[in-house]
Amino acid sequence: MIQIKNLHKSYKMGSNSLHVLKGIDFSVEEGELVAIMGSSGSGKSTLLNILGMLDGADSGDYVLDGVPIENLNETKAAQYRNKFLGFVFQSFNLINYKNAMENVALPLYYQKVGRKERQEKALKYLGQVGLKEWATHLPSELSGGQKQRVAIARAMAAEPKVLLADEPTGALDSKTSYEVMDLIQKINDDGNTILVVTHEPDIADMCKRIVHLKDGVIVEDKKIKQVRASAYV
Amino acid sequence: MFNRDRWTEILQVLTANWFRTVLTAFGVFWGIFILIILLAAGKGLENGIRADFGDIATNTMFMWSQGVTKSYKGLPKDRNFNFKVEDVDALWDNIPGLRYVSPRNQSGGFQGNNNVIRGLKSGSFSIYGDYPEIIRQQPMDITSGRFINHSDIRENRKVAVIGTDVRKSLYDKGEEVLGTYIKVNGVNFMIIGTYHKSNANGNNQAQQDIYTPFTTFSQVFNRANNVGWMAITAIDGTPITVLKEQIFSFLKERHTIHPKDLRAIGHFDLFEQFSRVVRLFGALEFVAYFVGILVLLSGIIGVSNIMLIVVKERTKEIGIRRALGEGPWSIKKQVLMESIFLTIISGMAGIVFGTLLIYGINYVLDMNGPIDMFANPNVNLGVVIVALIILIVSGLLAGFIPANSAIRVRPIEALRSE
Repeated sequence: MIQIKNLHKSYKMGSNSLHVLKGIDFSVEEGELVAIMGSSGSGKSTLLNILGMLDGADSGDYVLDGVPIENLNETKAAQYRNKFLGFVFQSFNLINYKNAMENVALPLYYQKVGRKERQEKALKYLGQVGLKEWATHLPSELSGGQKQRVAIARAMAAEPKVLLADEPTGALDSKTSYEVMDLIQKINDDGNTILVVTHEPDIADMCKRIVHLKDGVIVEDKKIKQVRASAYV
Repeated sequence: MFNRDRWTEILQVLTANWFRTVLTAFGVFWGIFILIILLAAGKGLENGIRADFGDIATNTMFMWSQGVTKSYKGLPKDRNFNFKVEDVDALWDNIPGLRYVSPRNQSGGFQGNNNVIRGLKSGSFSIYGDYPEIIRQQPMDITSGRFINHSDIRENRKVAVIGTDVRKSLYDKGEEVLGTYIKVNGVNFMIIGTYHKSNANGNNQAQQDIYTPFTTFSQVFNRANNVGWMAITAIDGTPITVLKEQIFSFLKERHTIHPKDLRAIGHFDLFEQFSRVVRLFGALEFVAYFVGILVLLSGIIGVSNIMLIVVKERTKEIGIRRALGEGPWSIKKQVLMESIFLTIISGMAGIVFGTLLIYGINYVLDMNGPIDMFANPNVNLGVVIVALIILIVSGLLAGFIPANSAIRVRPIEALRSE
């Protein structure tokens, strides 16, 4: 699903540049649930941003679902993001003046799905995360866990190839974190490919594979036995 | 464009901060309001002055003979000369581009002796000898009967057309006028019509004239073939101001007058006066547009400013949208439409309020009767359409910089911003 070869990325910081990713080789098969771990500054968020086409690499190859991702202009990148990727953020990033259903329907709107079908789909995905009754509520009326579940429903609504989660549990207490991870595991069980960036070992243990990043290189890449979050809920 | 979701969003964004939106809108409102009011005031002035000209043929000059001031070909200076009836045909034959040439004679008038008698009543009026064409140069409404025609001219009929004030002083109310006789300087004339000049604006002499056929007038009042003065109208598109020098030199040659004798022929060029006024209106309109658009511009800068702030406030939201796959064009369009919507709504309010005010002014003017030099201020549909186009263009301009700044931030940076 994802193939990365010799990926480099550096940031200009005034006169000197900061080499963040120093040659990443990495691939993900369909249906995997991968945790990307590392301390802050290890380059894990940068990697996720490049995978999410929010940021461009300096050099290296990136192939997503057989499509080489290179020389993207913003319009093309937006189309690819919409078609291939779903994002879940640490700070939820819901649009605060739109209610839960409108938020979930947003990526469908960019796919030019009709209004009625959009609402049906949005309700369906809200139902899958158990928030159907909250469809007309604004984000400010939802708890942290609920917001993240809306965000996951939104990410799934466009039926992306890959779900990218950047510290999805970073702003949640541990009980809610497990609930969210339980949801992510269930989505993975349905065959979806998911990448989770985290620095919490217990969250990483709930994935099927852990990739360790340190100072811009992969130091460890291992498959693990998944811990089911449902055991903690 | 007609997308329900987009409009919902535009309304959501603009109503999120009512007070700010209204203040911003006021700038544009005020600009277009001023523009409309200024244009209407200019139009009111124009209407007022045009009413003074009335429907008089404006491409006209009046020309009369004065004393000769230069000796020429052995003829002395300080002699008098008269235009002759034959000059009229000569003008027609030699000067292209003429529309009407009316030779005229006059007697009486302006506080003269009582020169018109009917039975026991008498009055002092201006008597004109005229050709039928004069009614095209100095329009008047024939209220009963008819005006002089060419048969009257040919047959030297002693007929007359009188003004409403003449009728009032010589006839009793309700008395039949047509077919009766009045005695002008001892000669009987039959009344064939009455007239009223609608564009007299306060000139009480205007309804006190008596028109008779030119030929009759010359004959009975012993004017021979002399012509008092001429009213000459050129065809449309050929200004009489251009034609008049040709006419003067032609007539000077005919009457053996030094070509450089500028005082021999006196004239009044109505077209020149009229074009001066028209130029003044042009300048007024320019000033109105200039001031109005500058005021509008400051309103537009206000809108642009607010849109920049809105975009800045929504940086993170825009980042989220782009992460979800909204294209940069869609975002740009959103900002542009917000800006155009805001300008058009406030501009329309300006147009409506401006029009209401004009309506009010018109109402007051109607109630209090006419005012000199000012009548019926109005803006026509064309102006409103121009204003709307200005609004759309300015909305686009106002939104352009904010829209670009909205998509200039890279999505990753937009997402990081708080």
